[in-house]
Amino acid sequence: MPATIAVVSINPPTHKRSRGHWANVAARIVRNPLAMIATLILLTLIFIAVFAPWIMPTDPFATSMFTRLKPIGTPAHFFGTDELGRDMLSRLILGGRLSLFMGITPVLTAFVIGSGLGILAGYAGGFINTIIMRTIDVLYAFPSVLLAIALSGALGAGIVNALTSLTIVFIPQIARIAESVTTQVRRSDYVDAARASGANAFTIVRAHVLGNVLGPIFVYSTSLISVSMILASGLSFLGLGVKPPEPEWGLMLNTLRTAIYSQPWVAALPGAFIFITSISFNMLSDGLRSAMEVKQ
Amino acid sequence: MTDERDIGGPRQPLLQVRNLLKHFPLKGKGLPFASARSAVRAVDGVNFDILKGETLGVVGESGCGKSTTARVLMQLIQQDSGELVFDGETVGSRALPLRQFRRQTQMVFQDSYSSLNPRMTIEDSIAFAPTVHGVTSREANTRARDLLARVGLQPERFAGRYPHELSGGQRQRVNIARALALEPRLVILDEAVSALDKSVEAQVLNLLLDLKQEFGLTYLFISHDLNVVRFISDRVLVMYLGQVVEIGSSDQVFDQPKHPYTRALLKSMPSMDPLQRTMEAPLAGDPPNPINPPSGCRFHTRCAYAQPVCRQRTPMFANDDSGHGVACLRYEADTASLFASEVSYA
Repeated sequence: MPATIAVVSINPPTHKRSRGHWANVAARIVRNPLAMIATLILLTLIFIAVFAPWIMPTDPFATSMFTRLKPIGTPAHFFGTDELGRDMLSRLILGGRLSLFMGITPVLTAFVIGSGLGILAGYAGGFINTIIMRTIDVLYAFPSVLLAIALSGALGAGIVNALTSLTIVFIPQIARIAESVTTQVRRSDYVDAARASGANAFTIVRAHVLGNVLGPIFVYSTSLISVSMILASGLSFLGLGVKPPEPEWGLMLNTLRTAIYSQPWVAALPGAFIFITSISFNMLSDGLRSAMEVKQ
Repeated sequence: MTDERDIGGPRQPLLQVRNLLKHFPLKGKGLPFASARSAVRAVDGVNFDILKGETLGVVGESGCGKSTTARVLMQLIQQDSGELVFDGETVGSRALPLRQFRRQTQMVFQDSYSSLNPRMTIEDSIAFAPTVHGVTSREANTRARDLLARVGLQPERFAGRYPHELSGGQRQRVNIARALALEPRLVILDEAVSALDKSVEAQVLNLLLDLKQEFGLTYLFISHDLNVVRFISDRVLVMYLGQVVEIGSSDQVFDQPKHPYTRALLKSMPSMDPLQRTMEAPLAGDPPNPINPPSGCRFHTRCAYAQPVCRQRTPMFANDDSGHGVACLRYEADTASLFASEVSYA
């Protein structure tokens, strides 16, 4: 009797697309507790800033001569009051809007312009690189605080001018990172292979360069958000950014400095918020960096 | 196999390289006007033909200009002078614009990892080149999957993977598939198997032989591994300090080497016979600096046959009737008598 041979068909696993780079980065960052705490804090702050008008307990502009400089924990004024008797909690909540806005907007704008310039310089190389990078070096030579103050002073006080000067401060820094990352990618064999296939520079940058350089540039940029917040606060403190009575953390720090001896804790509150926000951005940025650095 | 792209017929070499010259100038240290006249003479007047359907092996020590030659042939770097004639048409002329040349010539790099975009699935990496030349992405992806299957990687398992998820051998198969995606006629393999394990190397070499048969390819095979070159090549070219010193059929070069450098190079191959063991390195020292190459014959500083004349006269490259060419004064009619008949090497 002939033996029967069992035919076991082994089906190869069907076509499955592997997780892409960004999915891997996301998976790793979720496992990083510090980065997740930072993300949580930032999401909370952004939520509060967006919905500030509905969250703040009282009118942040209402002054009162009888309730000036109340300490933290005063009934009806949880975070006390400022030198004009305005509710600190409401002002901090509404102030977060402008502070976050002034931290993020210049960096975002500078990210777009700086990456563009840096990638162009890095990919083109040679003469174009020299022109772009030497021009940028001129701006880079100034300390960023000094440059921001000088530009704001020249442009005049106001939110738009402060944002413009901060953007100009950050463009050289981002462009330098973009240029150095792009130069590395430009020398890689896969770009050579793409050139050998006959693709033009634009197609190569779009298909092969952007995906490999935007990540590192983005990580660096997130670390600039905290710098931007502090510089923006500094400009407001000097009267070059936001104008009173508009609440903004840096400006509040300025106006409360006279109360530093009578109500030190209240006077320190806006500074504490600047500190928490900027350290959260830095922790998130560090987390992103280590999540992307993993050698695959 | 007839190919409608074959213009010159079977006797027209696929690629003729004429007086190819590529020097890399050394930048003056910092000062823009301190123009340093010195340059690394990476490729210094190279001439050779690649015949249709052959595998031409290129051997030589590191730094002899093999890879620079490959990159100039690919036009990834521009030559300083000299011309490339592809199937009878000058590359870059109106008859054969660079873009058309690139469709027909592709390259496989040594480093299988850095030659694949880490952010692209291998299917997309292979499909990229055809889309550049106007193939629809659907068609290009179909082609990519066919090629993956052809190089021995099941498309349903591998197409969606990223380079870091593959082994070195698998990645080099992907690179080969990518090079074939444009249906080239000439494939330049620059140390394409050098980084692989011996067992994987053999598999990839056999794959290359099969693909050559199937697609009617011509190979330029660059390697420092003499055994591999002998296995795969029909003809072999030997380079020394940016110049061709010997060219001939694989048997001619390996069994009757003429140039002293070729002889020394072959002597440096470990023998399988313990009695024939090489006790002394036949080639002493590093090759001379290509910035200031020796006068006359560039090999005279390390050559066992060298005579005073070698220092003064530059040997002319000459082919004999069988196509075995050499650049050595020992084979030139008026200087041959100056040399002792035979010197035993090592």
